[in-house]
Amino acid sequence: MVSKVYPMRSHTVSAEGGAAAVMRPEDSYQTHAFDTIKGSDYLADQDVVEAFVREAPVEIVQMEHWGCPWSRDPDGKISVRPFGGMTTWRTVFAADKSGFHMLHTVFQTSLKYPQITRHDEAFVTKLLVEDSRCLGVVALDIRTGRFDAITAKSVILATGGLGRLYAFTTNGNICTGDGMALAYRAGAGLRDMEMVQFHPTGLPFTGILITEAVRGEGGYLLNNEGERFLKRYVPNKMELGPRDIISRAMTTEFEEGRGFEGPHGKYMHLDVRHLGEKVIDRKLPFMRELGRDYLGIDIVTDPIPVRPVQHYMMGGVDADISGATEIAGLYAAGECANVGLNGGNRLGSNSLAECLVFGAAAGRAAAEHAAAARPATANPVDAMLWDEARRVEGQYLEKKGGQERIGAIREEMQRDMDAGAGVFRTKEGLEKLVEQLGGLRERFERIKIEDTSRTFNTEIVAALELDFMLEVAQAVVVSALAREESRGAHARRDFPERDDTKYLKHTVAYRREGLRPQLEYRDVTITNFQPQARTY
Amino acid sequence: MPDKRITIRATRYDPDKDQAPRLQSYDIPFYDESMVVLDALNYIKSNLDGSLSYRWSCRMGICGSCGMMVNGTPKLTCNAFLRDYWPRSITVQPLNNFPVIRDLVIDIEDFMHKLKSVKPWIIRKQEIPLGAGEHYQTNEMIDDFRQFSECINCMLCYAACPVYGLNNEFLGPAATALARRYNLDSRDQGLKERQPIVGDAEGIWECSFVGECSVVCPKGVDPAKAIQQTKLDTTMRFVLPYGNRD
Repeated sequence: MVSKVYPMRSHTVSAEGGAAAVMRPEDSYQTHAFDTIKGSDYLADQDVVEAFVREAPVEIVQMEHWGCPWSRDPDGKISVRPFGGMTTWRTVFAADKSGFHMLHTVFQTSLKYPQITRHDEAFVTKLLVEDSRCLGVVALDIRTGRFDAITAKSVILATGGLGRLYAFTTNGNICTGDGMALAYRAGAGLRDMEMVQFHPTGLPFTGILITEAVRGEGGYLLNNEGERFLKRYVPNKMELGPRDIISRAMTTEFEEGRGFEGPHGKYMHLDVRHLGEKVIDRKLPFMRELGRDYLGIDIVTDPIPVRPVQHYMMGGVDADISGATEIAGLYAAGECANVGLNGGNRLGSNSLAECLVFGAAAGRAAAEHAAAARPATANPVDAMLWDEARRVEGQYLEKKGGQERIGAIREEMQRDMDAGAGVFRTKEGLEKLVEQLGGLRERFERIKIEDTSRTFNTEIVAALELDFMLEVAQAVVVSALAREESRGAHARRDFPERDDTKYLKHTVAYRREGLRPQLEYRDVTITNFQPQARTY
Repeated sequence: MPDKRITIRATRYDPDKDQAPRLQSYDIPFYDESMVVLDALNYIKSNLDGSLSYRWSCRMGICGSCGMMVNGTPKLTCNAFLRDYWPRSITVQPLNNFPVIRDLVIDIEDFMHKLKSVKPWIIRKQEIPLGAGEHYQTNEMIDDFRQFSECINCMLCYAACPVYGLNNEFLGPAATALARRYNLDSRDQGLKERQPIVGDAEGIWECSFVGECSVVCPKGVDPAKAIQQTKLDTTMRFVLPYGNRD
């Protein structure tokens, strides 16, 4: 297990609301599947969704057996809560620290197995690929500055999202799209990269996530007239509408002058005062803590200021239902992958369930592949390691005369992405963004590295991450430019309607050296749910 | 806003070059009242000195990466507001009681071994099959161990612990709290397996009950309580007849 941070620092730790699974007799696989597919704006692969909903409850129980402290009903069974876009209560939760408890449960349980070797704080710079077969990775040991080839018959990417492409994001500093960039550079496709999720409720300035469970538990979203404005957008669901539509509704309200004005831009009120202290402390204690620690407010008595914030990447490494990519021996799971589950818009609480279900599936497939595969031979691996170490050292550690600050390029990219590839997009905005990213790439070639140490050189890590981010940003923007319709999270002002005739298809982007990515399209798998108008 | 500024003094230490750690001073704009110490470090790294090294990620107090000494107190730097220090300067140093790898980065391998040593996983005499569903457990049963399950492994408690400072064989606050977390979990049957580790001379008995660990914990975990409870438990197991010891 190779990780650029200690495993308990991984960004799953910040997930709050819960994991979706059919847990109650009144619920059904059929409904969870339909909600997910409708939520995806019909861009999900329906066979994948149908398999997912069946596996999710099993994985929830597995997590329970491993010790996850899921919140309970009075009868001692695992409790569920309502969530956006779900027609019934099916979100399993551990108060409002679900991801934290899941991550620590899995990590602590993993310590039981001596056969797991960890490489903590090792940054993977390249996948070892020969003849379209993955042989392992090259990793920079951050602590010593040494490069290692870590060979493996199967490699699973589980590197999470790319929120740091944006300035305003819920994602931690480590969410830089590494796995996507690694696979893309190795020749794998990136699927549906235009589909970037904006969560309706982030705290202004920090971007700290306020969980959808706040609305699940009954919180209201109010504009500056004190009005539950969602009645004009999702009248049947109100606060429990899907994220893409609510983020657009908020943006529209802001544009029409019905947002609050604050030092960090416009915002809405998220109001839980009517829920009472007891419910808040039992169901949303972390939200109260965040309000107190980061805003100096008590959510029991004060409304929470919120605005839409980049949160999740539906797109990712093109992978099949078992996580297999086009490269033999290379698998992907979780946010870094696109197995076809989330389509144009992921429903809240499907991603933690996705991690469990497709993490397990990729693990099983990778193990089977490894059992049958022949080991890598030392020769090509040694040569590849040497080449990669020389590349990184030459490009960064021994770099002389650069003038461009990494931080400046990164911040400019983030501002440009916020402006051009946000909640609403246009052709002009996206074309400008392609140019801007090109300019930033040129500047990146002239970066200045001030840190020449081999010991814990976080400037080199930042450079490697920025290199990856610029790479995947281009795939996001070019994919968005080509999809001339509005579907799920991809909202084009110049093409406001969904166009099933032309775009009921996945975008798959392939890297071409020095050129814009090549885009291919693939039909969506439809089984039982014909596309309909998506209203709530 | 007038151009408010603040001085940050940060520990610099590169084992390849430096004999000993030193403090470097940076004068930075304090441009937003919401700024925290971590924002100040990020400002320095982005704009003034790319070589300053420190760990951080979530900036919302849950990943546990960004603990440092802030004016002598162990803090999560993502939650230490500049406004609480200004106009004084702020001195940021690596967490006490740990070897320093570089600048503000400490070596936590000792904790990683201790964490593993307390067997922080559910131990059962017999596993129940997945098909049997979940274990019976109520929220009240979870309340027995809830606070101990909220440890984010940020190491602030070890930095505050005078005993760990003198003897790093001491199991220490977080690892004891996590052992307690599993011992108190109604699904767990591993108390006896953990007892030799936590009940060891270097386990709970080293604790002199200063209680600083619980004071600095940013998550409301009370490791001092875990240690005292474990002392009591261990004593009771010793004095009670065999039949009552499970």
